[in-house]
Amino acid sequence: MEQILELIKDPAQIGPWFNDLLLSLGLSAGLASLIGDVIGVLLLLIMVLTSAIFLIWLERKIAARLQDRVGPNRAGPYGLLQTMADIVKLLTKEDITPVGADRVSYNLAPALSVMQILMVAAIVPIGVGIVAADLDVGLLYFVAFSGLAAMGALMAGWSSNNKYALLGGFRVVAQLLSYEIPLIFTLLAVVLLSGTMNTNDLAAAQGARIFGFIPGWYGLLMPFAFIIFFVAALAEGERAPFDLLEAESEIVAGFNIEYSGMKFAWFFLQFFVNSLILSALATTVFLGGWQGPFVDQVPVLGIFYFTIKTTLVLFAFMWVRATYPRLRIDQMMTFCWKVLVPASLVTVLLAAVIVKLPVSTDIQAVLLIGSNIVALLVTLGIIGATLRKRVNRRQTALTAAEVSA
Amino acid sequence: MPITPQQVVFLIIGVLTLGCGLMVVLSRNLFHSALWLVGSFFGVAALYGLLESEFLAVAQILIYIGAIATLIVFATMLTRGMMLGRMKMSNFQSGISGVVAILLLGLLILVLLQVNWPTEAIPVPDNTIAMIGEAFVSTYVIPFEVVSVLLLVALVGAIMIARER
Repeated sequence: MEQILELIKDPAQIGPWFNDLLLSLGLSAGLASLIGDVIGVLLLLIMVLTSAIFLIWLERKIAARLQDRVGPNRAGPYGLLQTMADIVKLLTKEDITPVGADRVSYNLAPALSVMQILMVAAIVPIGVGIVAADLDVGLLYFVAFSGLAAMGALMAGWSSNNKYALLGGFRVVAQLLSYEIPLIFTLLAVVLLSGTMNTNDLAAAQGARIFGFIPGWYGLLMPFAFIIFFVAALAEGERAPFDLLEAESEIVAGFNIEYSGMKFAWFFLQFFVNSLILSALATTVFLGGWQGPFVDQVPVLGIFYFTIKTTLVLFAFMWVRATYPRLRIDQMMTFCWKVLVPASLVTVLLAAVIVKLPVSTDIQAVLLIGSNIVALLVTLGIIGATLRKRVNRRQTALTAAEVSA
Repeated sequence: MPITPQQVVFLIIGVLTLGCGLMVVLSRNLFHSALWLVGSFFGVAALYGLLESEFLAVAQILIYIGAIATLIVFATMLTRGMMLGRMKMSNFQSGISGVVAILLLGLLILVLLQVNWPTEAIPVPDNTIAMIGEAFVSTYVIPFEVVSVLLLVALVGAIMIARER
């Protein structure tokens, strides 16, 4: 009884405890760890996929409320069973393969997309020490596997034998690769501060307090880096205002236009799980992950804090998506290469210089916060001045045209 | 000597990697070649993983497989074969390249037989990634910087060529 209470208090001990249990039943060490790993992977899969089902409902409900609509309200209380109804509908739909499609890659593309995002899920620490793959190269692993998303989408676009799908696939590659750069640079700034790429260690490193009471979350230390990460994550998650991959008005629906039934649902699933993972990663890297009050005494609270923070970030994603209209493709690329990339380089430089200054960590933290806020204000000022100049130029041209007419 | 599970995994990965590599050159469709290349690179990454070199495995996926999507986009825009699907995969130089390939194979076999490879297992260091980072800025700082400058030059050069005049 006491042992069970202890396990509930510290869920990270369940793995070793289960392993010991199997060993005491007389299994060999290799088999025991294999069984433990398989159960862990299944748990992770179930957790991610069921939360995706819930998220689809949440996203539709929140978007509806923000836009003064009701949203799903027929299936089950508050429309909670709407996603289930949709899944049943998608399962019974006809599976269409267009004429001239490249069958193998056409059928492989949705699987690759979903595999990629589920692989990334392995490095998210959901509680104190609870992480599927405790890798020293955790963040690099995330970057590597999120790069595969472009591959899946391009495969879908190319093999569909449809020009809009191909254009959508091209856009995916351009957008994901471009916005990956500021994302990586902001992660690099955090790695410079913490000195580790292990996601669990990253969350643990944010337990340090500045002046003994301010939580040392990297999002608080480097607000500018966090904002850049958030914007880049919006683009990486293919969310409005960066959802040019599925711009209905331009390229019909993007790379997944020819897909129907469950294969279409897989792309949809990838989209929602991607948002979930990105917000979980934002939480881990910038918002302290599982850090919170009393987490040292009762580690199980870590799961609770992590869930709350992730949901809040996800809500911010949904909020932006339901509020802003879509950008134009050239505006989007310009914004990435001319604003986000230089700005993220600045955050890396700031972190690299300040972390080496021979002063105490508290002073370093103050310097980081100050320099980040200054950099943010300067960037906003430059963007504002450029836009104002452009508006003025247009105004002058307009008046000149009126005068000559 | 009994075969360990590790050797079985190594053999499977090796065969898959070589098979995918073979399909890259034998496939008659450029897009399929690119996809086989992904499989081959994954195999190499798995080999690195088997050697407990996490960093190399992830870097392999990041750099090589991540770049293939870009490769396909450029190939689609620059060649006709990509859009049409089927094309001939060899030209009039196949004889010469066959000779070169056999010579290269002979050279590689010679190197494999001549060099005295270390065969005993060395324990994997604890924090390899920190060691790699330190080696980059201490022992190998000059090659590292030269490569960085080279990449910068290539980037600037590409922009200069592509710039509208």
